[in-house]
Amino acid sequence: MPSRLTGQRGLGDSEIDVSDDGGLQDANAGVDKPPLLEARNIQKHFGRVVALRDGNFALRPNEVHAVVGDNGAGKSTLIKIISGVTHADEGELRINGGPVTITTPREARELGIETVYQDLALADHLDASANLFLGREELLGPPLSWFGFLDKKAMRLRTEEAMRRLKIGIQSVDQPVLSLSGGQRQAVAVARAIAWGRRIVIMDEPTAALGVRESSMVLELIKEVRSQGIAVIMVSHNLPEVFAVADRITVLRLGRTIVTLNTAETTLESVVGMMTGAVAAVA
Amino acid sequence: MAKLEPPTTTDVVAAEDLPTSEETRRQRAFDLLWRSWLFFFLLALIAYFWLTTPPHTFLAGDNFKLIALNTSEVILLAIAETFIIVTAGIDLSIGGILLFAGVCGAKTMLSLSGTHDQVAMGLYPHATRAIAAGVIVCIAAGTMWGLVNGLLITLLRLPPFIVTLGTLGVTFGLSDLISGGTNFFAPVPPSFTNNVGNGKILGLFVPIWVAVVILVIAHVVFHHTRFGRYTAAVGSNEEAARRTGIAVNRHIVEVYTLGGFLAGIAAILDLAIYTNISSASHQTDNLNAIGAVVIGGTSLFGGVGTVLGSAVGAFIPTVTQNGLIIENVQPFWQEVLVGATIIFAVYLDQVRRRRTNR
Repeated sequence: MPSRLTGQRGLGDSEIDVSDDGGLQDANAGVDKPPLLEARNIQKHFGRVVALRDGNFALRPNEVHAVVGDNGAGKSTLIKIISGVTHADEGELRINGGPVTITTPREARELGIETVYQDLALADHLDASANLFLGREELLGPPLSWFGFLDKKAMRLRTEEAMRRLKIGIQSVDQPVLSLSGGQRQAVAVARAIAWGRRIVIMDEPTAALGVRESSMVLELIKEVRSQGIAVIMVSHNLPEVFAVADRITVLRLGRTIVTLNTAETTLESVVGMMTGAVAAVA
Repeated sequence: MAKLEPPTTTDVVAAEDLPTSEETRRQRAFDLLWRSWLFFFLLALIAYFWLTTPPHTFLAGDNFKLIALNTSEVILLAIAETFIIVTAGIDLSIGGILLFAGVCGAKTMLSLSGTHDQVAMGLYPHATRAIAAGVIVCIAAGTMWGLVNGLLITLLRLPPFIVTLGTLGVTFGLSDLISGGTNFFAPVPPSFTNNVGNGKILGLFVPIWVAVVILVIAHVVFHHTRFGRYTAAVGSNEEAARRTGIAVNRHIVEVYTLGGFLAGIAAILDLAIYTNISSASHQTDNLNAIGAVVIGGTSLFGGVGTVLGSAVGAFIPTVTQNGLIIENVQPFWQEVLVGATIIFAVYLDQVRRRRTNR
């Protein structure tokens, strides 16, 4: 179904070169404009367990926004609600000020929200190109498209282009991702999210499974994504990494979003204090 | 706060810890050698039978055609099983589906060809329309069982192993109920056998042509279409496939239905080649088909496979059986050999996976 790609920013479409309208993005970045994405009073229960009792979150365009908190603070739940994996019992989501409902990952994607899952959700036996286009394959022209013939060459070229744009050095886009290093696999998953995500890329613990050097590669990648004009929500346990890339930090504690801070105006120690409840949050 | 080292290369994610192209080439050559043990195994098998049978028996041209004829059916089942196994599933019922389709097809052909007495005397006044109906019944019955397997696996969320073990029993039992457990009282219409089973096009038997054409189509579908790619994606990481928006359950149903369809085609060939059908000769169809697939290099764990490998693998049981018959050895040894080879092949696959999974 090539038509499914129309209206979406597909790989290689002219629209994709977001760096061209960087000026526009900057204009939108004003604080008084409605946030790119806003979550208001989100509540989520799993049985009698309250995972999220008061989730408030505002994402500005073109920022890296970290969501931090102790285990069980509700980070994953908040992220899953935004990416459509679960949906909220109460509260609302707004995009550019307009209310939206997101009940499936597909609906989130149609709104331009892509997620890099912690487990990456890659088909290991397929190559980078196949993974990038998984579920959104390019087909050859009719009549071959009626039989689902893949346009492998076009997909390979566009994958290489996407990799270049993100400065991902990958030797060959047609080897199984199984044979790539952890950082490269992460890069493939990120590239897929950016290739299709028009507005927002959510990254769940992007460096949890990686070594020091590979982690720093992924952090550079996150900055690269921001420079492409896409907002990033990053869930992380690793505060030094959060401080290295995030513009703002939202702290969750016991199912509440207690505060959102500018990274430049706070310290690691005080964020740790807010996460554990040792320091009262000052908004 | 620890200062993070910026990457040294211009690329954000560097390619440098990838194997060099030289290493990749060596790796690929090794993989190819590793995979092609099957060909050497087949060649060794052929050489063994050539050396141990009287001259001009095993290696005669006619015997090779016979082997190819017998293999045509196994190839169809192996293709079906390849798609299913690549989704990380299995179909133990494939022989039962073939049997059920063949029994229904034969029953249809015999009932529509003429009266019971006419057919018993070898007269088939309405052979043509009876054959056409029988062929349609074979395909419909096979496809239906494939659909049943797929629906049970996805709707009830049961393991394919259990579902198809169950339908294996059901299809064998129902087939024996329809046929009485033995061959039918008369063979299928001779014109069907003459034109299809013994019929030749350009010197090759029709069943061989059928197998070759379907093999080529299956290879293209597997490697060059979205259907083939989704098959591998579902087997590689079902959850990832689901999250990228692939209709995973629907695809699994389609793959099992395709398997049933191909078993139905194999049933047509079976009737055309052997003129009659009974459960006795299909007990080990699943062993042979699954054997062909795993021996051919498809991983039983899903995600990777090759249709052509399965086709080569399909020769192992038939070559063995043929050679043993010529040698006057009990052909049951074939089952022993295929069974042992399956275990060996899956072991090799596991070793290979451990090597590639860091």
